[in-house]
Amino acid sequence: MSLAGFGGVLVFARRGIVEQHRWMTADEFNETFALCHFLPGPNIVNLSVVFGARFRGLAGGVAAFAGLVGPPVVIVTILAVLYAHFGQVDALRRILAGVSCAAVGLLISVVFRMMMPLVKRRDLVALTVMIAVFIAIGLVRWPLPAVLLVAIPASLAITMVVRRRAAS
Amino acid sequence: MNDSGNPILTLALTFGVMSLFAVGGANSAIPEMHRVAVDVHHWLTDKQFADVFAIAQLSPGPNVLIVTLIGYAVAGVGGALVATLSMCVPTAVLAFYVSRFLRQRSHSRWPAIIQAALVPLSIGLMGASGLILALTSDRTWAAALVTAGAAILASTTRLNPLWLLLAGGLLGFAGVLG
Repeated sequence: MSLAGFGGVLVFARRGIVEQHRWMTADEFNETFALCHFLPGPNIVNLSVVFGARFRGLAGGVAAFAGLVGPPVVIVTILAVLYAHFGQVDALRRILAGVSCAAVGLLISVVFRMMMPLVKRRDLVALTVMIAVFIAIGLVRWPLPAVLLVAIPASLAITMVVRRRAAS
Repeated sequence: MNDSGNPILTLALTFGVMSLFAVGGANSAIPEMHRVAVDVHHWLTDKQFADVFAIAQLSPGPNVLIVTLIGYAVAGVGGALVATLSMCVPTAVLAFYVSRFLRQRSHSRWPAIIQAALVPLSIGLMGASGLILALTSDRTWAAALVTAGAAILASTTRLNPLWLLLAGGLLGFAGVLG
């Protein structure tokens, strides 16, 4: 499964876990994914560990982790060796430059897709938080830990206040 | 690589800490990786950073692999392994314990609130990733057009992303991007 996921493993993970093997129901999968989404770090790696651990405890978690990360790491390390040797070859430089242009476009499209629900709900609070983080990290280039140590508590507090008002 | 001290140790510390702040996944931490690898430690040049991102996107597997490539550039195979494990293990352990904790206490409203609070943060971070990578990769108008085209095609069609990456590579090979 780890090798199938060009540009992200999630779709394949879902297909395998929910549809083929029926190891989890769709709801369980969504719940686990949501959990891994708000935890820091690579989502899909977290997902694999939580998923493996649910079946076989610690050993399951370690096995799922090794299965997911191991093969791609071997491949990428080989690519890294090749890049170290041939990275200066002009044709390869041009190809990689083109690929990275396209890859940036893909990333931007993901950002837009994630942003649309907030825009549609006219969720001004969330959009303000989003833009503030974008400016602090992308334009001012402050270090990530410093920004998040302020932004996470602030965003939590704002969210709670907004929900309490909505409820009352 | 003229850092004082052991580069492997620096890698482990850097990515171990970074992983705990990568809200929304590895792509959220790209600005921080760029800041640390290019601006602070001078492990990579801007161009190399863009190349490494391209290779990570071309490779099968989770997109955390960009860390493996940075690690290799710093300290060879050992660096690659250490960087990857430091980026994955701390949060995997955290995920393991949090999921156990949450299963014992179901119906809590905390997960929903935390998620609602973190989603805008992670979108902002990924937007910043997009900006920084665009600044490092799009040196010419033609290159910026390729990025814009890929963004529009990926947003409006269900085209497999791999085709867009290959098309970008072909345009680059043809020398269109200057």
